[in-house]
Amino acid sequence: MDNHAAPLVEMRDISIAFGGIRAVDGASIDLYPGEVVALLGHNGAGKSTLIKILSGAYKRDAGTILVNGEEASIANPRDAKKYGIETIYQTLALADNVDAAANLFLGREIMTPFGTLDDAAMEAKAREVMGRLNPRFQRFKEPVVKLSGGQRQSVAIARAILFDARILIMDEPTAALGPQETAQVSELVMQLKKEGIGIFLISHDIHDVFDLADRVCVMKNGRVVGTARTSDVTQDEVLGMIILGKCPPGAVPGPGAMTLAA
Amino acid sequence: MADTATGAAPDRARASEQGAVGRFLQATEIDTRMLGMVGALVLIWLGLHFLSGGLFLTPRNLWNLSVQSASIAVMATGMVLVIVTRNIDLSVGSILGFVGMIMGVLQVTILPQMAGIAQGSPALWILALLAGLGVSLLIGAFQGFLVAYLSIPAFIVTLGGLLVWRGAAWWVTSGQTVAPMNPTFRLIGGGPEGSIGAFWSWVVGLAACAAVAVLLANGRRQRRRFKFPQRPVWAEVFLGALACVLILGAVGVANSYPWPAAIVRRYAQANNLSVPDGGLFIAHGIAIPVLIAVAVGIVMTFLTNRTRFGRYVFAIGGNPEAAALAGINTRWVLLKIFALMGLLAGVAAAISTARLNAATNAQGTLDELLTIAAAVIGGTSLAGGAGTIAGAMLGALLMQSLQSGMVLLGIDTPLQNIVVGAVLVVAVWLDTLYRKRA
Repeated sequence: MDNHAAPLVEMRDISIAFGGIRAVDGASIDLYPGEVVALLGHNGAGKSTLIKILSGAYKRDAGTILVNGEEASIANPRDAKKYGIETIYQTLALADNVDAAANLFLGREIMTPFGTLDDAAMEAKAREVMGRLNPRFQRFKEPVVKLSGGQRQSVAIARAILFDARILIMDEPTAALGPQETAQVSELVMQLKKEGIGIFLISHDIHDVFDLADRVCVMKNGRVVGTARTSDVTQDEVLGMIILGKCPPGAVPGPGAMTLAA
Repeated sequence: MADTATGAAPDRARASEQGAVGRFLQATEIDTRMLGMVGALVLIWLGLHFLSGGLFLTPRNLWNLSVQSASIAVMATGMVLVIVTRNIDLSVGSILGFVGMIMGVLQVTILPQMAGIAQGSPALWILALLAGLGVSLLIGAFQGFLVAYLSIPAFIVTLGGLLVWRGAAWWVTSGQTVAPMNPTFRLIGGGPEGSIGAFWSWVVGLAACAAVAVLLANGRRQRRRFKFPQRPVWAEVFLGALACVLILGAVGVANSYPWPAAIVRRYAQANNLSVPDGGLFIAHGIAIPVLIAVAVGIVMTFLTNRTRFGRYVFAIGGNPEAAALAGINTRWVLLKIFALMGLLAGVAAAISTARLNAATNAQGTLDELLTIAAAVIGGTSLAGGAGTIAGAMLGALLMQSLQSGMVLLGIDTPLQNIVVGAVLVVAVWLDTLYRKRA
């Protein structure tokens, strides 16, 4: 990891409010190439909201996003994809009634010279990518609603890496999976990391996080409690950050950190 | 399935459990749902034929049936897209009435009297038609705007539309019926003159057969290009032959329905022909409204299966949130769907106004329900995400078959409504069972 280079992504002082509730309040976070940064926090801490701002699903009220050191304007999911930001959502966000190939290329279909959908080409490419991720996957003609949780997950991941993602957001990627499939996802994360892709990982599983992530960023009530290298803090200290908002010595405190006087 | 890898083992196990019928269906890739619908249609036809003492399956009745189904079939193709995206359009019957009125008034009074276009001029019917289609497109787009951008539920927007456009139809002429239509315009509605005759019907039929062959060959080539499993050759030949038999059979039926004797006499006089003793046999051939409906069906099928727009419509129906997250501009797609639905209601208005040879403000009343019923009977799921154009058109044909069959049987109108209503409910129930099993 070369921290002297410009970060792949930097989100500065991001805020968003829904009604009167400040879901994210002045949060800053960065990500370097080939790095995995885990976002931790309780339900409703603002992790998913922060990340949805990066993927273009929500529009921020304040703050700036820099991609490769340059200010990026991200107003919708299409903009985010233009910057190479791909997201695997907690809900997988697949169109249930169409097949795997249609889902992989949704919004970015391969067209024939006549301006019609080139389904054969899309299916061929889908077979190629899925072959790499999950060689046993064969059900290309069926709507994804008929697939198992793991297979749907493969489709969601394949869609994210199909278009040369440089920044990958994984929101609870293993929530719906069994142990074997979870291991597969971990393997994939390591492989993508090697390829220099930066990954934001949102997870509840603190063991997962310590296995995979280089750094953790903990949020509480919409604010960043602190950021730390996983090598500098213990799991208990991170739990303390999540539950109490107490920032340990090994971490860089954020605006959400509990003040020592209190 | 022969060349798939280890993962296909369960599939192969399943295949070996199937009987001859199952293997046949798998090889030909015929949709069993569609097959069920065709089966139901055949049963209804045979039943009505038997009950009416042989009146139903005659060239004359089938030809009329095809013409009567045309306007609902056209609208049902659009309703599929509306329902697939979990919306509804209750206003199509009223749009039909209003636009029919506009087309009528334009060609009967406004254009000839106020714009001074001569009665015989082709500009008359072309302008009236284009203006009507334009208005219907705008109405649809406006309703789509309300649904997509102002987030008013489609049910409410189009329920409002149902009242608004019906009222507007009345306002155009203060309720007066407009007639008669321009002679050329009337061809859109069918009748002896509004049919293309035996020769051109065969030409259309043969061209359709050629198109089927090209499509099958093209599909096969595509599958070979990417080394996908192919259908066995016998299955391809069977499908092609079946399609050609159906097409040419339909043309044959249309060509065995002769012009009525009175019209033949008038035609013979006008063209200085002598009518032989047995009468002169001049076939109707395919009616122009039927050709329009079939063309609309083909265009809409192409649109749903082969274009981005169609793919997005189904993706939105399956999971609106996922579609938006994938970067699809869902609002714009929704607006286009309603605009298209409006335009199709305009086409249906042209057909039904031309067929009636009059525009009345009651025209198209309750058509929205027939259209929705046709789409739903044709397999469009009200939960969204599923439906086919061909199914909806078959659904329209099925509804119309029931209705004109009951007229043939002399069943009273109230009872007709009871039967149609019951059939709709039962059909949807059967479909629910089918989906649970699948």
